[in-house]
Amino acid sequence: MAKGFVAVTVERCKGCGFCVEFCPTKVLDLSSAFNSKGYHPPYVVAGEKCSGCDLCGMYCPDFAIFGARYAR
Amino acid sequence: MSEFECVMEIPEDARNPVEPFLRMDRMPHIWCPGCGIGTTVNCFVRALLSSKSDLDHVAIVSGIGCTGRVAGYANLDSFHTTHGRAIPFATGLKLANPKLQVVVYSGDGDLFAIGGNHFIHAARRNMDLKVICVNNLTYAMTGGQTAPTTPGQVISATAPYGVFEPAFNLVQLAEAAGAAYVARWTTYHVTQLARSMGEVLNKKGFCFIEVLSPCPTLYQRRNKMGDGLDTMKYYKEASKIRHGAPTGECALTKSGEIVVGKFVDRDRPDYLELMRTQLHESLGERYAEPEAVCGL
Repeated sequence: MAKGFVAVTVERCKGCGFCVEFCPTKVLDLSSAFNSKGYHPPYVVAGEKCSGCDLCGMYCPDFAIFGARYAR
Repeated sequence: MSEFECVMEIPEDARNPVEPFLRMDRMPHIWCPGCGIGTTVNCFVRALLSSKSDLDHVAIVSGIGCTGRVAGYANLDSFHTTHGRAIPFATGLKLANPKLQVVVYSGDGDLFAIGGNHFIHAARRNMDLKVICVNNLTYAMTGGQTAPTTPGQVISATAPYGVFEPAFNLVQLAEAAGAAYVARWTTYHVTQLARSMGEVLNKKGFCFIEVLSPCPTLYQRRNKMGDGLDTMKYYKEASKIRHGAPTGECALTKSGEIVVGKFVDRDRPDYLELMRTQLHESLGERYAEPEAVCGL
């Protein structure tokens, strides 16, 4: 069971790929789908590995993704 | 359906921690895909949260340029000033209301070319300002002309055969001019940058942080250096953390090593302290604190 989650605001993404590259547990990958501006947003490929460290949120220049730990 | 598209279970009340600090009605911002300015804003917000700053007493001042837009997007008291004059406006703000925590958030062209004179004198006086300089090594908003920070051999809009002028080494300049805190990070070093920004928010005196940021549209494209992500990978490989390194040895080159870290952290009496001491000595009883006079 994943310790945390990531949430992507697809429409704000500009597809730079920082979150995909620097995710320490490789939770994300760039989607082949487009958002309405024509960019490829990230999507979750290995959700169970997410630790909720929010490094994706720190890197995202477009404020389009963030991670957090589940409250337990 | 939730606004987030995701296969994971997302709590109802989950919100991006950056959003309360931004004017969300102005999003999406104008910065290019792969630009690192947004990343520095993330770090700044985390620093504001970790330093427990009173947001009613934080003012952010920007000049003109891509980074100058930060003042417009930050949901704090913010001031978008004329070109190169972010530091003079910030100095006025600080002197009129010494309780304010004044952050100058601007680019390398604004702070070191058009406003270079103001920078050295604010550092010399040790004004209590926190200067964050996002350095993309070019004049990005106007089309990628040679800036004082552009390293040698780089192709720019005004140097089609390569830049031959020696460039400024910003950290050395800041140290020599008298800054109390000097650090350099890149947009790859997000946690270190956020920590450094948190440190300066709690430090008195003139603090300077240089943040190297990709400019994929104008700098990397002309020099065939790939996109923003390639530059981030280059930062990861080429940067070496050397705290306290002599700043004279930290000059930037086109594709060489990037020395990052905290280079200077010293205590000097700041401008307001010196002014108070001097005026107390010469005026004695007749001297009144600015706070008392302005009723702040």
